[in-house]
Amino acid sequence: MPWDELRPLLWTALQETFTMVGWTMLLTVAIGLPLGILLVLTDKGGLLAVPPVNKVLGFVVNVGRSFPFLILLVALIPFTRWVMGLFGQATAIGTDAMVVPLTVAAVPFFARLVETSVREVDRGLVEAAQAMGASVPVIVRKVLVREALPSLVSGLTVTVIAVVGYSAFAGVIGAGGLGDLAIRYGYKNFDDRTMLVTVVVLIVIVQAVQLVGDFVSRRLSHR
Amino acid sequence: MIRTHALTKVFRTRDREVTALDDVSLHVPEGEIFGVLGRSGAGKSTLIRTVNLLERPTSGTVEVGGRELTALSARELRAERLRIGMIFQHFNLLSGRDVAGNIAVPLEIAGVGRAERTRKVAELLDLVGLGQHAKAYPAQLSGGQKQRVGIARALANDPRVLLCDEATSALDPETTRSILDLLRELRASLGLTILLITHEMDVVKSICDSAALMEAGRVVESGTVTDLLARPDSRLARDMFPLGLPAPSTGTTILDITFRGAETAHPFVSTLARTYNVDVNILGAAVETLAGRQVGRMRIALDGSFEDNVVPIGYLREQGLQVDVLDAYDSGFAPAALPAQLPDAVPTLVKEA
Repeated sequence: MPWDELRPLLWTALQETFTMVGWTMLLTVAIGLPLGILLVLTDKGGLLAVPPVNKVLGFVVNVGRSFPFLILLVALIPFTRWVMGLFGQATAIGTDAMVVPLTVAAVPFFARLVETSVREVDRGLVEAAQAMGASVPVIVRKVLVREALPSLVSGLTVTVIAVVGYSAFAGVIGAGGLGDLAIRYGYKNFDDRTMLVTVVVLIVIVQAVQLVGDFVSRRLSHR
Repeated sequence: MIRTHALTKVFRTRDREVTALDDVSLHVPEGEIFGVLGRSGAGKSTLIRTVNLLERPTSGTVEVGGRELTALSARELRAERLRIGMIFQHFNLLSGRDVAGNIAVPLEIAGVGRAERTRKVAELLDLVGLGQHAKAYPAQLSGGQKQRVGIARALANDPRVLLCDEATSALDPETTRSILDLLRELRASLGLTILLITHEMDVVKSICDSAALMEAGRVVESGTVTDLLARPDSRLARDMFPLGLPAPSTGTTILDITFRGAETAHPFVSTLARTYNVDVNILGAAVETLAGRQVGRMRIALDGSFEDNVVPIGYLREQGLQVDVLDAYDSGFAPAALPAQLPDAVPTLVKEA
């Protein structure tokens, strides 16, 4: 494909990828962060120890993580349609709809990373906060999240990159993005140039995300 | 100020029970520095964590400042904890906040406004001598400085009580001394009541008014340091002022003299020698200034048997000194014990040479 034709396609695909990944990450943090923290708090010996709840949450997270993304994507089609219906467009097709399965895949992934990060916060700090009269929400905010922040940012970076990878399957449900462009034009049309350009753009995106993530994480850490 | 009554704490693991506290009753009067001494595993850490209920006792009650903490709801307990400062062996500072930010945490928890927080933090920084380090992060500070931040943080809400959980155990001797000096000053200036736990005898010796010795979850000995000193069977006193094993000797009377305070101003050894014309041989002594008073123990030998020395001993007792007569060597106890020690000591010397 000539460069003049490729450029607008690439531009659209880039915007679609950013839209999908952006919304997905927003929702993933909103759901995955509390879920990850809850996994720590409800565990045996945690601040809100409820082992049965912990077991259930852990199980759900594991189920979410067991699916290969392609299968999850297809299996979720009815669910996706239902969720999209809540927003007034009952469809399982398109870039907006793709956000649903992406989020379903990313939440458990991110939640486990959050759990690991929060667990690494020194117990002594929690104890010190308790001794100061802090309530559980205050401990979560001022101690657990704040102290785990550099590590949480690293986890977020890993998750963004994973979601960019998952978004390549978007073509399966008629959504766009860079991955779709590479498969449809590059692979199915034997267009090496499109393939090459898309891959290069993806590499640049992933590198940029990692670079920014590392930088922010380092700035937040005062160890 | 702090009163625990019949505290018991049993930890249950899957197949065994560990009794960390066994019927511990303590009373720390207002303004006192009280030290709990014990080896690791003796239960002292559990004890101090029970005082602010970081650890719930299995049974028994805890009272701080007249309120029974064990009877409070979670919310009421949090309110009380604002008034109980605590410092830790490993400082437990937030690595993501600078010094001023760390000290501000308890103020934020107490809901103190921003302007008042800034003022109070500056005041606390001065109090612990860290004025120029307000913007430093904990990772940039030395151990002693970190503990000062911990102390400032613990005092942020003007507590009446300070709990010190092995607060100097991670510090070198010199820093330990400066932190203990600071604690002593704070007690004087703020009227703090301090409960500390430690495994270091020096800490008890240098700042405590009272002390308790813990073993296997029980308090085996407690009292004011001067009172403990007066008890010949006190292990705390003996550990604080070690005189070692008595040398075997015949034809002499060996005395352990304990003095607590004013008597030392009076030169009793020379008076004794002059007045009664006896030879006094000093075998060992451990003297220390506790709370501004000279206290310690001394072991002396007087020529002749106990019967020969009744009068000089009476004189010493008249001076207000506590005198214990050691007669163990006559019974053959010490000579038996001593050779057993020697073979150990000799090879060490050879190695060093």
